[in-house]
Amino acid sequence: MERPFAITLDVGSSRANKTGSWRTERPVYVHNLPPCSGACPAGEDVQQWLYDAEEGGGGYERAWRGIMDDNPFPAVMGRVCYHPCETKCNRAQLDEAVGINSVERFLGDEAIAKGWKVEVTAPPSGKRVLVVGAGPSGLSAAYHLVRLGHGVTVYDAGPQAGGMMRFGIPTYRLPRNVLDTEIQRILDLGVDVELNRPVTSVLDEMRAGVFDAVFLAVGAHLGKRAYIPAGSAAKVLDAVSLLRSMESEERPRLGRRVVVYGGGNTAIDAARTARRLGAEEAIIVYRRTRDRMPAHDFEVEEALEEGVLMKWLSTIKHVDHGKLIVERMELDETGFPQPTGELEELDADALVLALGQETDLSLVEGVPGLEVEDGVVSVDSRMMTGCTGIFAGGDMVPAERTVTVAVGHGRQAARNIDAWLRNIDPVSPPDRAPSDFEHLNSWYYTDAPRSVQPQLELARRQSTFDEVVGGLEGSTALYEARRCLSCGNCFSCDNCYGVCPDNAVIKLGGREEPYAFDYDYCKGCGICAAECPCGAIEMVPEEI
Amino acid sequence: MSAEKLKLYQVGTFAVGNRLLDADQRTVQARTERSNTLTSGHRACRGCGEALGARYALDAAMRATQGKLVAANATGCLEVFSTPYPESSWQLPWLHSLFGNAPAVATGIAAALKVKGRTDIRVIGQGGDGGTLDIGFACLSGMFERNDDVLYVCYDNEAYMNTGVQRSSATPPAARTANTKPVGDEPGNVFGQGKSAPLIAMAHEIPYVATATVADLHDLEHKIERAMEFRGARYVHILVPCPLGWGSESSETVGIARLAQETGLFPVFEAEAGEVVAVSQIRRQVPVEEYLVAQRRFAHLFGDPPRTDVIADLQARADRNIRRFGLLQEEAV
Repeated sequence: MERPFAITLDVGSSRANKTGSWRTERPVYVHNLPPCSGACPAGEDVQQWLYDAEEGGGGYERAWRGIMDDNPFPAVMGRVCYHPCETKCNRAQLDEAVGINSVERFLGDEAIAKGWKVEVTAPPSGKRVLVVGAGPSGLSAAYHLVRLGHGVTVYDAGPQAGGMMRFGIPTYRLPRNVLDTEIQRILDLGVDVELNRPVTSVLDEMRAGVFDAVFLAVGAHLGKRAYIPAGSAAKVLDAVSLLRSMESEERPRLGRRVVVYGGGNTAIDAARTARRLGAEEAIIVYRRTRDRMPAHDFEVEEALEEGVLMKWLSTIKHVDHGKLIVERMELDETGFPQPTGELEELDADALVLALGQETDLSLVEGVPGLEVEDGVVSVDSRMMTGCTGIFAGGDMVPAERTVTVAVGHGRQAARNIDAWLRNIDPVSPPDRAPSDFEHLNSWYYTDAPRSVQPQLELARRQSTFDEVVGGLEGSTALYEARRCLSCGNCFSCDNCYGVCPDNAVIKLGGREEPYAFDYDYCKGCGICAAECPCGAIEMVPEEI
Repeated sequence: MSAEKLKLYQVGTFAVGNRLLDADQRTVQARTERSNTLTSGHRACRGCGEALGARYALDAAMRATQGKLVAANATGCLEVFSTPYPESSWQLPWLHSLFGNAPAVATGIAAALKVKGRTDIRVIGQGGDGGTLDIGFACLSGMFERNDDVLYVCYDNEAYMNTGVQRSSATPPAARTANTKPVGDEPGNVFGQGKSAPLIAMAHEIPYVATATVADLHDLEHKIERAMEFRGARYVHILVPCPLGWGSESSETVGIARLAQETGLFPVFEAEAGEVVAVSQIRRQVPVEEYLVAQRRFAHLFGDPPRTDVIADLQARADRNIRRFGLLQEEAV
């Protein structure tokens, strides 16, 4: 071919020069564990469903389905969960944690409003599982088991399903229509629930009903009593009974001045309930100080707003008609309260004891291998008791006693029961490296203050059982979802695609694999990893 | 409660794109149909800021001109690493003549296009800081003074990197190069020398002058697009960190450019007809140490004992820029 003077080679593109051979490190896309997902007791992959929710519109339903894969109670969770996800949220180090809980509530309410349903797609396994207790743990297990193709029967001693969600959580925190709808959605999947059906011996029931496995989740419904000398006319009741009686026709009469003894969330619930029942004074007596209270701070705050009074560093010595004797305490250097001998009289028409709850374990008496320690049933990592085929979860096993933990137990037990019934190894979640704040490039995130959920006006909070905390409206929920930093997981911001000096990132689009590296040309400079806002790219050494 | 105005707070407008943004809010670089004017296989070092800056600028110019663009390149890294005979990384009409004549060559191309009645085709001249500020400075000033219809883009990496990191008139004080007292008590470039090409360009009162960095892509693309709205001589000066010459990590190229801007050492602004019309505000101000310590060319300042006096002088330069350009307030002085 004729070439110009002094030209000996044809021109060509530099793409013939595969600069990938220079590389000593290669970038790879990772899916690290965001702190929210790592902290969720119910095992929700929070960041993943927020990713869908960020898109709004059809994304809401995808997000909701993402929650439903792990937790059948999004609307309940969005109201009663103490959201450890938000406590761990990396955004808190930037401005404020993402309001995950409020977005979950929005999605749960959206599902109820739109009537979204889930279906059982697994083929019937032919196995039958008995669930004892229709509380959060039992219903969660039943939901997952039925979706895995098993036949599920739930026995509950109470007149209605819901357990502590119904008989322990006041309606101003969890309206019953929300609870009923989410429970009904589980029952509609074909879960068979028998109410007013106490179980006295689990072994007898297993034999009688020919069940292949049992999940025990009877909760902790017995209020702990402390010995307090009391006069004959003194009105003393426990908080669990008080809250349970709120579900019956007749409302309890407490009087004008009510004292609640204890410092946990149940004590707060009891005091706030007493306020709403007409008590002019509701006083919480607690033997330590506010910072040592096991109750969650926002609940304490809400109670104080409603006029609940607090009496710190006090124990109750004696109860009599219309009054009680209180002793002032002092914290010693270890933080333990010590009596001072200083006594004081407190007017009180009723004393409500909120000193913790216990489980009635009579149903597991005589079960071979099953161990009970400190009033709760021991389980292994599969949630199985010492007796093969009998699993347990919720408040009756050693763990934090919250609805979310209980729901998580139900899910975990269901997956392990499924594996055990099929004689296969349970699918363990992939081992994901944690995605800490240090892995993020926070430059790319704009400051965005958290959105605030509306609250019911104070007058109505003191006299009615209407829900206190309102939900977010659509645009606010979308804003809140979009505050998510997407820690450790790509959210398709195009940064890697843009900042590569070698055009060695290919934009594919799509969710699973939005981008790919072109290792023919990637020199391994690492700019993509350094500039990835969410830490979804890591540099790994090449094998040379 | 009142509805919040719906914005994309996840990445705001800082990231290259985002799946949730409308296409027109994303950068040119976010698009799969971007020109890739400087394509893969070029021989620039790992993490080259100049390769990145050149693609950013030319892709934006290609989009602004619907692909009707010609580039004249000065000698330098950009020319050498992109066109080792017989390969070329350029995906636009591109021409290289000499080290010092790129502005004049660009002027000639523009003149020829005018003669042929093809003023729809736009001309870019480009080069590094050496070819622009030193060797080609007379040609550049002439191009400005005649108000020739050329956008000249300088990719400033603050020294002659292609030949082994020698000092240019854009090398900052205290930066060590191969020929600025490389050893001894006071290594590094002296204070009181060098020049600011953008300010000199402004003194020509040409239609448009701007500075930018590879750390703020939205801003860089805006400035190239804006420059293309004018006819006549225009000048855009882009700071492009050089991992090799600056002794920085290849992964930190964008991060170092960001620090140059956030310390105030590199003021980012735009000027029309000789007057500053907009200034990029510092978003999270950082002391100059953070910028200096990440580069081995300043390592001699952090020995035992550290040269706090020199660092203070550099901080004073940054503070002067902040005052002079109003980098820490909404309205520029």
